[in-house]
Amino acid sequence: MITTWKTIVAGFGGQGVLTIGRMLAYAGMIEDKEVTFIPSYGAEMRGGTANCTTIVSDHPISSPVINSANLVVAMNLQSLVKFEAMIDTGMYLFYNSSVIKTEPTRNDLQIFPIPANEQASELGAPRSANIVMLGAVIRRTNMLQLDSVESALSKEFYGSKASLLSKNIEALYAFEQ
Amino acid sequence: MTRKVLMKGNEAFGEAAIRAGCRFYVGYPITPQNELVEYMSRELPEHGGTFIQSESELATINIAYGIGVAGGDCLISSSSPGIALMQEGFSFACMAEVPIVILNVSRSGPGIGGIQPGQSDYFQMTRGGGNGDYRIPVFTPATMQEAVNTIYGSFEIANRYRNPVSIMVDGMMGQMMEPVVLPEAKAPLAEERIAAEKPWALVGRGTKPTRNVIKAYAPNTTILETQVLRLFKKYESMEAELPEAVLTDVEDAEMVFVAYGSAARIVAEVMTILKERGIRTGLIRPKTVWPFPNGAFDRLGERTKIVVSVELSMGQMIDDIERAVRGRYPVRLINRAGGIIPTSEEISRIAEEMIGAYR
Repeated sequence: MITTWKTIVAGFGGQGVLTIGRMLAYAGMIEDKEVTFIPSYGAEMRGGTANCTTIVSDHPISSPVINSANLVVAMNLQSLVKFEAMIDTGMYLFYNSSVIKTEPTRNDLQIFPIPANEQASELGAPRSANIVMLGAVIRRTNMLQLDSVESALSKEFYGSKASLLSKNIEALYAFEQ
Repeated sequence: MTRKVLMKGNEAFGEAAIRAGCRFYVGYPITPQNELVEYMSRELPEHGGTFIQSESELATINIAYGIGVAGGDCLISSSSPGIALMQEGFSFACMAEVPIVILNVSRSGPGIGGIQPGQSDYFQMTRGGGNGDYRIPVFTPATMQEAVNTIYGSFEIANRYRNPVSIMVDGMMGQMMEPVVLPEAKAPLAEERIAAEKPWALVGRGTKPTRNVIKAYAPNTTILETQVLRLFKKYESMEAELPEAVLTDVEDAEMVFVAYGSAARIVAEVMTILKERGIRTGLIRPKTVWPFPNGAFDRLGERTKIVVSVELSMGQMIDDIERAVRGRYPVRLINRAGGIIPTSEEISRIAEEMIGAYR
């Protein structure tokens, strides 16, 4: 039973990696867990690289900075190469197999290739590949309840973006369908 | 009313100011505090407040000076090199006794440096870059909640002392998200109440026999010395009333860390790691760095062998630690610069090696 999830989500800017990390934090807070979220910031823009660290814990979090991760989500190859080494033995690596055609080098992890772009396109929501990935992570790790992730999504997609909510909730359940 | 909300630091800082009744914000964009400028531009007008994006940091501080003189509660913010540009105005605001709340979301320097988090503005904030004998309190919160509470309370402190008050957080705190409980919204000071609440403010002479005068100039040496001595009476009260530090396990510690802001959070994890390795550590976490919590160091006992400053700079707070320790313990430094945040593992390794030499 993992009581502190130390997560890195990384990919190209524009792939919605910060949204994945932020949704984990939101959903964690909804479940009354302790959470922190730090985005990388700087020269990251569409096409550049972006990553974030989210901690979701049953205990108070002292440092928001992590030494190692027990969950890495890589949305592109550079991210896989950069963060694969940071994962604790036996822990989780999810990668976007629609984009990453190279196999991870580690063989001591629980590895899940997720064809996030293909599945999102099949739904007619190609930009929701990140939410497909988020759904896969939640269902494979059980780190959070799907209900709370849905509530988190409704906080992300509101106002002018409210019309995107239903497609994204569909995307959350796309993996394994 | 304990509903938590997940907010980005910079946005939570702005919301805290609005809830404290602040209705004036002046700023100029600079990373890593841009979201605060953006938040205030969106939210402050909704609350009947005034948002001004100035043409430069020099304009920012001088507009704030004007707002303060007229009795408005004003927040200004920037990051390191932007703060440097404001410092002439800080000196003027101290001399003229104008309350202003200053937020520095610090990055790494010197120069334009980089946009990654740093604590290399310690001297800048505690010693100032403005001319003359002046002091500005510097608060150094370490969590989002503490930052929100500090900003919320800072307007009252600035008004009480009629002096600028500053809050120094690093870029990581500005950028990260953490749940906070927002304080209750206070009503802003109504314009017609300013004359009563701030009898020194320039709101028009009205029926008063003499007019208020506020100036940063003294026409002769006697008047200037009298004013400086008056200011220092005030700074003395600040030194008695404001210093604050959080002490963790210091009485029993062989190694006492001193760290503030983000560095302190990493050190908290270092302490857990070192405990598992059989090293007894403590932490003094200053919540104010001017006035420095000197008294906290008198709590260290005979078991303490070494005091270690952990800083995201080349070692600036360490000067104040040396003064507070007064030669009773050796003082050493663990640090990174350039915007690099050390991991708890990295600090633990260095600390372990360090204590070896003193055991």
